[in-house]
Parts: sequence; structure tokens; C-alpha cells
Amino acid sequence: MCETCGCSDDAKTTITDLKTGQTVALSAAGQGSHHHDHDHHHDHDHDHDHHHDHHHHSHGGDDATRGRAGEVGADVHTHNGQAGKPDVHRHASDGRVIRLEQDLLARNNRLAERNRGWFAGRNVLALNLVSSPGAGKTTLLERTIRDLRDEIPIYVVEGDQATLNDAERIKATGTRVVQINTGTGCHLEADMVAHGLQRLDPPINSLVMIENVGNLVCPALFDLGEHAKVVIASVTDGDDKPIKYPHMFRASQVMILNKIDLLPHVQFDVDRCLDYARQVNPHLTVFQLSATTGEGLAPWYEWVRRQGLQRPQLAASAP
Amino acid sequence: MHELGITLDIIDIVSRHAGDAKVNRVVLEIGKLSAVLPDAVRFCFESCAEGTVVEGAELEIIETPGLACCRVCGGDVVLERPFGRCGCGSTDLEWCGGDELRIREMEVV
Repeated sequence: MCETCGCSDDAKTTITDLKTGQTVALSAAGQGSHHHDHDHHHDHDHDHDHHHDHHHHSHGGDDATRGRAGEVGADVHTHNGQAGKPDVHRHASDGRVIRLEQDLLARNNRLAERNRGWFAGRNVLALNLVSSPGAGKTTLLERTIRDLRDEIPIYVVEGDQATLNDAERIKATGTRVVQINTGTGCHLEADMVAHGLQRLDPPINSLVMIENVGNLVCPALFDLGEHAKVVIASVTDGDDKPIKYPHMFRASQVMILNKIDLLPHVQFDVDRCLDYARQVNPHLTVFQLSATTGEGLAPWYEWVRRQGLQRPQLAASAP
Repeated sequence: MHELGITLDIIDIVSRHAGDAKVNRVVLEIGKLSAVLPDAVRFCFESCAEGTVVEGAELEIIETPGLACCRVCGGDVVLERPFGRCGCGSTDLEWCGGDELRIREMEVV
């Protein structure tokens, strides 16, 4: 299964359907979760000119970096091999060089696109909620479900390393939920979400909330096929989170600043936080709210509805 | 610490392409804006390669600089971190280099 996070086969990612109480291991789910793409390579026994100066990388780093890049430059060369296939060359000196040019996130990105198509086919609006642990993702989710469920059918995929605690909280609202436990894994990946969706089986015109593992680093790299990432920061955290974890704030379309009811009791400079956030991502849509008191929730709900309105059938189910 | 998992992926991909051959060199390209630390990958590489055909292979990492194009004035901006400010004052930057994360090539004997 997913090895991208150090969660090798020992990680034991599981999916629990809170409706049936059934838990299955992802690797044992018979879904072939470990897909390898086998690019077949061939030996080309032909002569070719070696062009040693065709590299695009600039060597602006320190001396050590320049030295390494320089060494690479001495024997890396560009060939026009068959598109999409690794290029294999025999070298008089020692080994064969196999040109791979393989993007390490490509597999997840392909599966995320598959999810995106799946969502589009069902006219499902999928949001990926990300934050550090304790910022209030689950509380916001509970509140949002209670306030919006009469307008839009809501389904939830919960991601945590361990326990069913969050899923139990969502289940208590009467909402269909599956829990993905990633074991040692520190983020959800597209294939885990795909398996979760098979069990969740959300109907057309619904809203799927994916609550990612609490982590402001790794989930930024892994597209799940969602419509938008929603990053949740809290005034009980430092106000410099956006520049400490810029990848996440850059990858998100929406930022929610939660727990604003606690502002009188904490040292948190809202303006500075939002300034940092906009430095990292000038296109962020920001909502300041308290999921506990309900203050500021209306604009967030309005945003969710508007995303639905871009999908005519989803909007049709709203009053 | 996604570098451990990413390094395991690297070993997995390289091993599959190597078949029974011994790998003596792996060249990676890791951009400054990729959210992956080259030193962390180096740290993981040796132990992850243990017991595989990649064991003992030399790891070369080409670190590509972060480059962005300003969406306001069109100017080029060099980025040392995943955000920055153009000389014109804008922070609206489109990345045009430095987010690479790939295996460029490998050498087998």
C-alpha cells in the first residue's frame, strides 16, 4: 500500500464503515491498492552524440551543491528516446544509464484525477479539510453538518492515524461516515479516499467532507481529487502558521480562522496572521469564525452553497 | 517526514527498472519548492536501499532553484522558500521552476 509516508505494508491502513462496524485492511481489500506502472525499457544499441551542456538547472547553490550538480552534468545527457519510455544507453565505461524522468507524485496525481472524475460524474462537491491537530476540524464539521444537512446531503470521510473517535462524533450527528486509519501514515492519499468512497457510496448532488490527518505538512503534497482544500487555523496556535507551513496555505483555496471567541484570552494578531497567509497565497478566501459559538459561520456556509451553485443539480436540492 | 516514504518509493521504482542488475547510481531532481528535503532523502536512502539491488548505489541529487513569474508585472522572481515578493511589490507569483520531484535516471551494471 502507500509507502509515500513511511507507511509501508506494516502501516496497516484500515477503513471502518461506521454503519456496519466492519473494518477492512486496505491491502487486504482486494482492490489492488498497490499499483505499479511498469514502463518497459529496451536497450538501444546505437551510437549517439552526447551533449553535455543541455542542462537547464542553474547552479546557484552552495559549493557542495554546485559540485554535485557539476558531476552529474559531466555524464548526464539528453537523448530523444521514445516518448514515455525510459531511454537505456550502453556506456563504454561501466553501466547502462536508464533515463526515467519519473515524477514521484505521478501515481497519486493520476488516482486523484480518477477521484475527481468520480465526483464530477456524481455531481458531488468534495472538500478536503486540513489543519494541525486540534485546530477544530471535527468540531467545525459537526457544526456544519447540523446547520446544512437539511439543505445538502453530507457524507464524511474521516482520516486519522488511529481510533474511530472522530468518526463516532460524526456518526452521532446521524451522518454517514467512514473512518480511514492510516497507521503510521501522516496523510490521506488518493487511493485511500477512493476505497473510502466505495464504502461511503455518496449519492449524486451531495457534499463529501474529507477530514485529513491532522498535519500541516504532508497533506499539502497529496491531491485527493477534491474541489478545494480548506485549511483551518486556530487562534490558539501561533499567528505565523501560514509562513511556517507555507505549502499547505499555498495549496489551499480557503482558510478558516477558527476559535475567534477565544481571541480576548490569547495573544494572537489576526491581521498579522492574515497578512502572512496572503503573502503565501494572495488568492485565499478567508473566513473567521467560531465553530463552538457559531459566530462568523454564515459566510462560510454561503461559500459552501456557492460552490454548490456552480453545480446546478446540487443547488437544485437546496431550498 | 514524508521523505522516508518518498525514498521507499524511489527504491521501489529503481529496483523494478533494474531487474536483477545492480544499481550503482541514482540521480534525483528535487526542487527547492517541492516540500521535500534533499538531506532527509539522503539520510533515508542508505538504510532504505539495504538488502535491495540499490544497496551501495551512489545517490546524486540535483537541487533546482525556485523560480516564479510575477502575475502582475511579469517579472522573474527567485524564490528561496515557497513564497516571496516581486520587486513590484506583488506576492501573486506563479511558480515556473523548483517544484520538481522526480527520478531523472539510474545506472546499472
